Amino acid sequence: MTQIFGIPVAVILGQLTLGLVNGSFYALLSLGLAVIFGLMGVVNFAHGAYYTLGAFAALLGLQYCGINYWAALVLAPLAVGAVGIAVERLLLRRLYGLDPLYGLLLTFGLALIVEGSLHQVFGASGQSYPVPQSLAGAVNLHFMFLPLYRAWVILASVVVCFGTWFVIERTRLGATLRAATENAALLGAFGVNVPLLKAATYGGGVALAALAGVLASPVVLVNSHMGNSLVTVVFAVVVIGGMGSILGAIVSGLVLGVVEGFTKVIYPEASNIVVFVIMALVLILRPTGLFGRE
Amino acid sequence: MRPAAILYALLALLGLCVPLLGIYPVFMMKLLCFAMFACAYNLLLGFGRMLSFGHAAFFGFAAYVSSWLITAHAFGPAAALLGGMVVAAALGALIGALAIRRQGIYFAMITLALGQLVYFVCLEAPFTGGENGLQGVPRGNLFGLLSLRSDLVLYYLVLFVFVAVFLFIRRVVHSPFGQVLKAIRENEPRAISLGYHSNRYKLLAFVISATLAGLAGSLNALVLGFATLSDVQQSTSGEVILMTLLGGTGTFFGPVVGAALIVTLQEYLSDIVGGWVTAIIGVIFVACVSSFRRGIVGELEALGLRRLGVTSQDPAAPA
Repeated sequence: MTQIFGIPVAVILGQLTLGLVNGSFYALLSLGLAVIFGLMGVVNFAHGAYYTLGAFAALLGLQYCGINYWAALVLAPLAVGAVGIAVERLLLRRLYGLDPLYGLLLTFGLALIVEGSLHQVFGASGQSYPVPQSLAGAVNLHFMFLPLYRAWVILASVVVCFGTWFVIERTRLGATLRAATENAALLGAFGVNVPLLKAATYGGGVALAALAGVLASPVVLVNSHMGNSLVTVVFAVVVIGGMGSILGAIVSGLVLGVVEGFTKVIYPEASNIVVFVIMALVLILRPTGLFGRE
Repeated sequence: MRPAAILYALLALLGLCVPLLGIYPVFMMKLLCFAMFACAYNLLLGFGRMLSFGHAAFFGFAAYVSSWLITAHAFGPAAALLGGMVVAAALGALIGALAIRRQGIYFAMITLALGQLVYFVCLEAPFTGGENGLQGVPRGNLFGLLSLRSDLVLYYLVLFVFVAVFLFIRRVVHSPFGQVLKAIRENEPRAISLGYHSNRYKLLAFVISATLAGLAGSLNALVLGFATLSDVQQSTSGEVILMTLLGGTGTFFGPVVGAALIVTLQEYLSDIVGGWVTAIIGVIFVACVSSFRRGIVGELEALGLRRLGVTSQDPAAPA
């Protein structure tokens, strides 16, 4: 068996794919955060909660309604996105024009409600979601075994991330969105329904988080805390990448996932904190973030 | 006498009489420790408008340090509290120096991440006892003379420390330093153009707040006899934000009211509603942010001012 620094290559590659899987979730979540923040000026602390809701929607859909994985991949983000739109209409809307800190606090409260309720109803221990038949097993790449499902997660999220990037940067709808980010009042004067645009954006960003939740459900235990532990790391990723750039959010998410995976191989004790340490270093060297513009 | 002075005198009297009213002293001490924590937090949020999402790091880490000094090095309570404060101050200087490099929501996210970093350090460091925390911390004798084993004696010590911290924060806010801090809160670029080094002021405010949070955490661990991971985790940071917000950010008495309500809620409501406490705290959060951003004391003050025909000249909450 080939080794690098006394560590088998297969182990390194295994952690690398795991890191890419985590990085995919970071990328999907930080992408949604960046889009929501860019247009609405709201830091969506509940992003982790929506991710958790997505996973629970898939799990409960399977258990009670027999909705299979592929249907859940579409239905769960739609359902959670609808919840998001309701939240925007009923609660977030009142806070526009105030200090953005209030949006952060409100969504923090929402996250507590979602996580507290799920914890109370479903308990602390996680439940596992079966890997869909067609993605079970692994392929032998000769230098390593690649579990199919992990490959699928990476592929799916990269496609979704770049699809979102394309829509925002290269289409008419995206141009309207970016115009609203620059000057919402002026865009409204041109006859664009800005409130609707904001609600739809929030719903879309939230749906991305829920999609990540469904993708994650077969690889992690579905429990009420799954989003909370993730969202803190995602915030650090956002500080590192800078919220100004969509591409920055995607790239830093993937890269930091990989860095975390490598740390697990080299110095496992530090794997939980490596992203935070990198964040501290970035703040010292480049306070606006790697892709930030201020 | 001004009405505020009468109110304070009455409250001081109430504080002195509480043990006679038959309220469980440990509960009162915990309440006072969290009130102290919230007052320290308010200095940062209310008067500096810096929303820290990682203040449990100072509260909890200081609790660990002082408990460790007592159990592993046989420190007396006063020296251990001091040790906890010193470490909290150093940690505050470190985290504060990083966090003030960004403003607003970024500040919040950075403190959140660094707070989580401290949590993981506490989880894995050898001296914290991992998942179990540090148990059985003896209260010892204050200055080697006064035994703190009696709840009553310790209660009066905690009350004394609380009053001292409260008055100290009042003093800080009313000092020239506090005035500059408020100026930075209202308009940082203008304060800078007036020649104030705003970062120095913000860092000092952060360190003072962290130190006092450390004192509160150390004292809380001394009262309860243990320091655990729950002191240092994110939900504790959230609770102190809620206490400050619910009572009224930027008011002196608001955080005390908020802390009293939340600690009481956790202590007594958890018997009735069981595990729903987290969700209920979330609901209070949402209600508070959507409907009364000034907090209870802030709204009362605004009401009082309006009745006197004065327009509120220090709108603490709405920005």
